[in-house]
Amino acid sequence: MSDIFKILQHRILVLDGAMGTMLQRYNFTEDDFRGSRFKDFKHPLKGNNDLLSLTQPEAIAEVHRKYFEAGADIVETNTFSGTTIGMADYHMEDLVYELNFESAKIAKQVAEEFTKANPEKPRFVAGSIGPTNRTASLSPDVNRPEYRAVTFDELRIAYKQQVEALIDGGSDILLVETIFDTLNAKAALFAIQEVKEERNIDIPVMVSGTITDASGRTLSGQTVEAFLISISHIPLLSVGFNCALGADQLQPYLKRLSHETDFYTSAHPNAGLPNAFGEYDQTAKQMQQLIENYLKDDLINIIGGCCGTTPEHIKAIAEVASKYKPRTVGSSAVENF
Amino acid sequence: MKENKNRYLKLSGLEPLIITPESNFINVGERTNVTGSRKFLRLIKEENYAEALDVARDQVEGGAQIIDVNMDEGMLDGKHAMVTFLNLIASEPDIARLPIMIDSSKWDIIEAGLQVVQGKSVVNSISLKEGEATFIHHAKLIKRYGAAVIVMAFDEDGQADTYERRIEICKRSYDILVNQVHFPPEDIIFDPNIFPVATGMEEHRLNALDFFNATKWIKENLPYASVSGGVSNVSFSFRGNNVVREAINAAFLYHAIQHGMNMGIVNPTMLEVYDEIPKDLLEHVEDVLFDKRDDATERLLEFAETVKGQKKDDVAKVQEWRSEPLQDRITHALVKGIDAFIVEDVEEARQAVNKPIQVIEGHLMTGMNVVGDLFGSGKMFLPQVVKSARVMKKAVAYLQPYIEAEKDDSQRSNGKILMATVKGDVHDIGKNIVSVVLGCNNYEIVDLGVMVPPEKIIETAKKENVDVIGLSGLITPSLDEMVYVSQEMEKQGFNIPLLIGGATTSRAHSAVKIAPHYSNTVVHVNDASRAVTVVGNLLQKDNNVYKEQIREEYEKFREQFLKRGKQKEYVTIEEARERKFKIDWKTTDIVKPKQLGIQDIQDFDITILEDYIDWSPFFRSWDLHGKYPDILTDDIVGKQATELFKDAKVLLQKVFDEKLLKAKAVFGLFPANTVNDDDIEVTVENQTPNTKHQFLTLRQQLKKREGVPNFALADFIAPKDTGIQDYIGCFCVTTGFGTEQLAKEFEENHDDYNSIMIKALADRLAEAFAEYLHKEVRTKHWNYVSEENLTNEDLIAESYKGIRPAPGYPACPDHLEKQTIWEILKVEETIGVKLTESLAMWPAASVSGYYFANPEAKYFGLGKITEDQLDDYAKRRGISKEDAAKWLNPNLSPS
Repeated sequence: MSDIFKILQHRILVLDGAMGTMLQRYNFTEDDFRGSRFKDFKHPLKGNNDLLSLTQPEAIAEVHRKYFEAGADIVETNTFSGTTIGMADYHMEDLVYELNFESAKIAKQVAEEFTKANPEKPRFVAGSIGPTNRTASLSPDVNRPEYRAVTFDELRIAYKQQVEALIDGGSDILLVETIFDTLNAKAALFAIQEVKEERNIDIPVMVSGTITDASGRTLSGQTVEAFLISISHIPLLSVGFNCALGADQLQPYLKRLSHETDFYTSAHPNAGLPNAFGEYDQTAKQMQQLIENYLKDDLINIIGGCCGTTPEHIKAIAEVASKYKPRTVGSSAVENF
Repeated sequence: MKENKNRYLKLSGLEPLIITPESNFINVGERTNVTGSRKFLRLIKEENYAEALDVARDQVEGGAQIIDVNMDEGMLDGKHAMVTFLNLIASEPDIARLPIMIDSSKWDIIEAGLQVVQGKSVVNSISLKEGEATFIHHAKLIKRYGAAVIVMAFDEDGQADTYERRIEICKRSYDILVNQVHFPPEDIIFDPNIFPVATGMEEHRLNALDFFNATKWIKENLPYASVSGGVSNVSFSFRGNNVVREAINAAFLYHAIQHGMNMGIVNPTMLEVYDEIPKDLLEHVEDVLFDKRDDATERLLEFAETVKGQKKDDVAKVQEWRSEPLQDRITHALVKGIDAFIVEDVEEARQAVNKPIQVIEGHLMTGMNVVGDLFGSGKMFLPQVVKSARVMKKAVAYLQPYIEAEKDDSQRSNGKILMATVKGDVHDIGKNIVSVVLGCNNYEIVDLGVMVPPEKIIETAKKENVDVIGLSGLITPSLDEMVYVSQEMEKQGFNIPLLIGGATTSRAHSAVKIAPHYSNTVVHVNDASRAVTVVGNLLQKDNNVYKEQIREEYEKFREQFLKRGKQKEYVTIEEARERKFKIDWKTTDIVKPKQLGIQDIQDFDITILEDYIDWSPFFRSWDLHGKYPDILTDDIVGKQATELFKDAKVLLQKVFDEKLLKAKAVFGLFPANTVNDDDIEVTVENQTPNTKHQFLTLRQQLKKREGVPNFALADFIAPKDTGIQDYIGCFCVTTGFGTEQLAKEFEENHDDYNSIMIKALADRLAEAFAEYLHKEVRTKHWNYVSEENLTNEDLIAESYKGIRPAPGYPACPDHLEKQTIWEILKVEETIGVKLTESLAMWPAASVSGYYFANPEAKYFGLGKITEDQLDDYAKRRGISKEDAAKWLNPNLSPS
């Protein structure tokens, strides 16, 4: 899988856009979410997007296809909440392996179609590993600052299961993303290292943190540099930021990150900040211009979109990315691997 | 591998710490270490995490760049303490910005720590001590958790103590880490062992030099690795001689850094500035460090004697500061607590200003502000501040007549504070310290003394129009008294803050029991140093935010506390009795006392008691924490403790020479048996009206593991139905007569320092008397041990046979038992010690209790009891349940 490292030396790779935004367009009902298999499931399932990989696999494949058509090199699996911790809300902890496995399989099939059609531009699948809905280094209870709703080991075990299934289903890359608590990410990285060692395999890992606001820190309080130091102990394909901010707000942090790291960098910002109705209305054109600023500043190796971005956005981004050379990095990112 | 920015040791908390070859020496904060700081240990043991966090915060503010956290102590659940403390640090952004050094000799504690820090921390430490397999396993996990590591120069054969062993072990460790574990070399920090120099042992001669050379070798041969160490250890053999210690530390550190040590644990207060080490001393020190001469150690030892305790008393030095400008002299006198020249200096100042009050507002306050700043920043210690206050008072007293004569202006104070020890309580050492410290900070103190009834507090507060009320108490019934005062204040529409302090008070009690009754602010102030800040904040004009913060904080605390209380499980009193501690009465050793009945000692030779004094609590009463005699050489408080100790000895000698305190005692040994599980029936021959008395004991009700008994003191006396005759003793000793008068005399001479000192000493003497008498009883009067070779340390550690529990303390929190002792021994009639309405003893320097002789008797804490025992107890005591609840309140479980 060192292919991707080689490609990254020569061009900027494009990551896909939002899965959720695309799925909203289908207006799936409770019955659609359930499909025939979960017709009699005791709990409501609408909103469990990860489940659609089992009940509406065609829709998921179609979204992937649209992003590949738009020019993405990498698509993310539909597994953002695919851990026992995330699935507990839907009482579907038992399905975690299957969800991840099937999601990776769907994405991989589509990717292979595209690679076959154009071997010059191989397509990759990144297994998406979300942050879960709990924080390992913050207390949810202001009255008990020493309390934690989840432990490192609980996270590690949950992540390990997700990682194994994502790999079994055919993921080419693992993407630990939307990190608002670095300790959660460290548990995910710990799990990944365990799996790599147990199976004696190697698989590129992307890490993407989230800067929550203009403080320039993660939700758990770390600065860009502290975040970077805290996750750099294992070899990474890339480190970057996604979500929470639009491309322009993210730029100064990306600059600092890019300056400090010898790993490749990635960004998948939102389509601007949400409006009063929680919708993202930055157009593909607008976003393209902002991303072009990244490229001019030599900040980026992998670029894509997060909340509110669509194949249109990705198409615009891919267009502009193809005109620029990738950010140059110290050779250590490759050597260390 | 090329040299690039990834080859620096990079650590992180919320913020990064990047250590490059150009970085200055990285200072690791070490006070949050239970093995190194007694204060921190105490805070952790007491689960006083709020203050424990303050310790960490002080480190940050003091310039530490990494915080070392160590919870390795036998009595602690180290894992729990580590995780709790690190989790709490995580929610304090000002502390959490620094990287953490997870310090433990136990791997499970290290791993627990690694699992709760989001940043890149340092593990302190691993080594080859347990072989390569363990070393590799731990290193691999540390890497996976994303931490750097300190590697001790230690292997299967032991700790490296020569140059060759150091480099051999470090090289081997490095090679394993880098080649086998693929540990990033920049994340490796070696600790090549700093050992004491000038020990006199031939094999220690190269201790410093070997360290320097090994450090240099590591930096040259093991690329990217760092070198660290605990510096103070090098001067260990000069404990007690701080001049030399500080010089050795400074010189060692200087050269270690030159040789490549780039981080370490250094106590900044134990460090002279290298350039300011006197040349001759430096030469002797460096001779030792570099082993330059065969007689280097002897010469340094000799030289050390000449600089021992030099600093003060030096005529030249005195002349030096006496020749400085007036303000500097006054400031110097206040900071150093020297009162010898203050009157002449103040007179000079008075002549230089228009109004005498300006000397107080100008010269003296300038000096006291310096004292306040030094105290606030931890550079001065409480005993010094009290001495400063003594100088201040003397100065003010001198100026007073001149101010009175002018009568056109009055001193503007920062505020008026009423201080009182509540009704029924006679303890006032802490209260007086707080008063003095506040007094020095220009607050006007209205001190109502001890045993102050609530009406008087309320009345005076109104009359004097005070800004704050401070209540103090030491015995448990005082807690209820404070609740009562707060209720009265509410009823009478008071709108001023209420401060709570004293040994039995706690933040929990203030938050849970007092704050809800009073709508203005209630603050628990646990030590004098906090009092100034707290009062300052409370009396600011815009204090609403601060008050609101306190209120919120206490509300949170209250909720937590009440939640926590409910988690504990209790058994019924019947069940607890079934699970009593069972002594095999057939085989156990019961000795009939040699002298049954009551005896008294009217005029005891108090000088005998000096050897029996447990000094540690004495230092504690001055907010100096540590164990005697180690405290005298403690890195932080050693100097102050030594000085305080010297002053105490002077006063003690005066007490002995002039027979200023009287020691009296009464005690008795009686036939006794346990009846109805928890009561002890005592037979006192020939006593009217009753020969029979009963001690009522209370039984633990906390649900325990199978096989662990629920204790009551009655378990240590043979039950009546065994038919075996058993015995019990009780006593009261006092050394308090004379204290009050002496304290008053000192106060009249504006000497609060000695006024507090005499009370603290009297308390220690009373405890010493109790210790002494107990020994006499064991070996002579009861004679259940014929020979005992116990040192005072053994006595303090309670290594004797049998126990001496006291009413009002953990095994027997019931103060009412004192009444029974008083009845049996006729205490008041015989030696004059009285019981107040809250059942405190008067004079305060008195101790009373029981004697249990059974070899299986042991000290325990009652803990909480539940309502069924309360009912049962009220019946046995013949009082109403409400009364019983009042007396046992602190031990009632929340239901």
